[in-house]
Amino acid sequence: MADFLNSLVGSVDPYMLQILVNVGIAIVLALGLNVITGLTGQLSLGHAAFMSIGAFTSAMVTIKTGLPFVANLAVTGVVTAIVAAAIGFPILRLTGDYLAICTLGFAEIVKVFFLNFEPTNKALGLTVPQAKTSIPMPIYVWVVAILAIVLVTFVQNSRFGRALKAIREDEIAADAMGINTARYKIQAFALGSFMAGIGGGLYAHFLSYINPSDFGFLKSVDILAMVVLGGLGSVPGAVIGSSVLASAPEFLRFMSQYRMLVYGALLVFLMVFRPNGLLGGVNVTELLLRAIGRKPAGK
Amino acid sequence: MFLQQLVNGVALGSVYALIALGYTMVYGIITLINFAHGEIFMVGAFIGLLLVSYFKVNVFVAIIGAMIFCMIMGVLIELIAYRALRKSSRLSALISAIGVSIFLSSLALMVFGADAKGFPDGAFPVRQIHVGSADISTLQILIIGVSAVLMMALEFIVQKTKIGKAMRATSEDYSTSALMGINVNRVISFTFALGSALAAAGGVLVGVLFNAVSFNMGLMAGLKAFAAAVLGGIGSIPGAMLGGLLLGVSEVFGVAIGYSSYRDAIAFTILVLVLLVKPTGLLGQKITKKV
Repeated sequence: MADFLNSLVGSVDPYMLQILVNVGIAIVLALGLNVITGLTGQLSLGHAAFMSIGAFTSAMVTIKTGLPFVANLAVTGVVTAIVAAAIGFPILRLTGDYLAICTLGFAEIVKVFFLNFEPTNKALGLTVPQAKTSIPMPIYVWVVAILAIVLVTFVQNSRFGRALKAIREDEIAADAMGINTARYKIQAFALGSFMAGIGGGLYAHFLSYINPSDFGFLKSVDILAMVVLGGLGSVPGAVIGSSVLASAPEFLRFMSQYRMLVYGALLVFLMVFRPNGLLGGVNVTELLLRAIGRKPAGK
Repeated sequence: MFLQQLVNGVALGSVYALIALGYTMVYGIITLINFAHGEIFMVGAFIGLLLVSYFKVNVFVAIIGAMIFCMIMGVLIELIAYRALRKSSRLSALISAIGVSIFLSSLALMVFGADAKGFPDGAFPVRQIHVGSADISTLQILIIGVSAVLMMALEFIVQKTKIGKAMRATSEDYSTSALMGINVNRVISFTFALGSALAAAGGVLVGVLFNAVSFNMGLMAGLKAFAAAVLGGIGSIPGAMLGGLLLGVSEVFGVAIGYSSYRDAIAFTILVLVLLVKPTGLLGQKITKKV
């Protein structure tokens, strides 16, 4: 089995493979933020902080213990979710931009903490040993990414997901309808951070080197841009947004020195021409049904 | 010692306040967090540097030159990147602002290179003045003085002039002001021009103070100034001044008592703590929500 998978991965061009893995990790991260910002409507500018907590936890677990990688990721996710819940408890009382700046501030604090934290080599960064698994990393990443897509799709259509959407649309009305908004917001925050943690763990083991400065404000912004570009609250949107933005810097590499310049301009123009994101306001299920010749229910 | 650090803190804080004013004014009018503001600050610093080192002008002329350049740039940015998005979701405008900020900082990286540039020697004659136990440099007096003059000018424009009145009306209620015959587009452009001019002045002052101008100086300064604006209560002009001074002073004191490696976290820790106690900032108005 493992040999077959290895040969499968070996048959793909390494450069393409790297882009594919980047996209896979980005999907996990973007879907996590999609739960917090897209579904629940809580603008978070600190998603990279949870990614870094996940990355460092996962790396330390691999270094210190002999846990297999599945268990490692589970532990990482749970630890990140617990930290998120502990932080979410006080700060989710804030609304709108005050919440945004608070998460941003928190992310900076986490970054500075890791920059001064002795066990993770401070600013030198940490070299991560190989993951304890026989499955090659790219396959692993994509399995997790697909699981994440399935999970978020289920969450979105569940009772829990509908409560989150109610909070997004109108918090006071949701509260009056008997939804425990505080609890749901913390749960959504913890779920999104759980996925960020797992994404961080995958990132750490794929790159095999992590540095606190990799998880700065710009990383959070990258993830947010993926969610908004795809269309807030849409799972296919988050997938497309992360595929486009995670691979854009690579495809723009042919104009190497103008790469980031074009990337910035691209963000502006995409927003000016598709302000609701590529798939914002598009009902994908309906499109799919129409494509196979069936009319959507109720029309 | 205490007095010395206080002066250092006020000098740093008044620069934060200058940048924070731009955030707060733009937010007050179109509720957009203008993430490109930090980059305008950076461009201002570079323009000041160019004027001083190539055209050999005086620091004050350089400040005015940078202010005029950034004024035009701020208006252009609003026209290209934000105007079309005024009616769409606020997050789209936010992403657009981030795009502008990435664009500007990579442009500066290409044009000026990655290493920090310094102002030429003697760009501003630095002398130390003894006041009690503290040494105050003429540079710090320049920074505090220029910031104070600019803030007073801003206060005059906002409170006493016709366009200032229009700005206040627009920030109170956008569509009603438009119906009352206020040219809202002009007011918004003017707000961007004012905010960008203040950021540019801040950029030149910081460039002279630390004697280093680099393509990525806008990010952290922008974030801290934004934190200052929120700390004071975003949308409130006196709040931004108070927030800026508070953050500058506490950062300098934090470093002085030995937390220098936590320098960048100090401002944000204070911000988070204050928001937990007072969720709309120090001078922010309480938000009453209606269904």
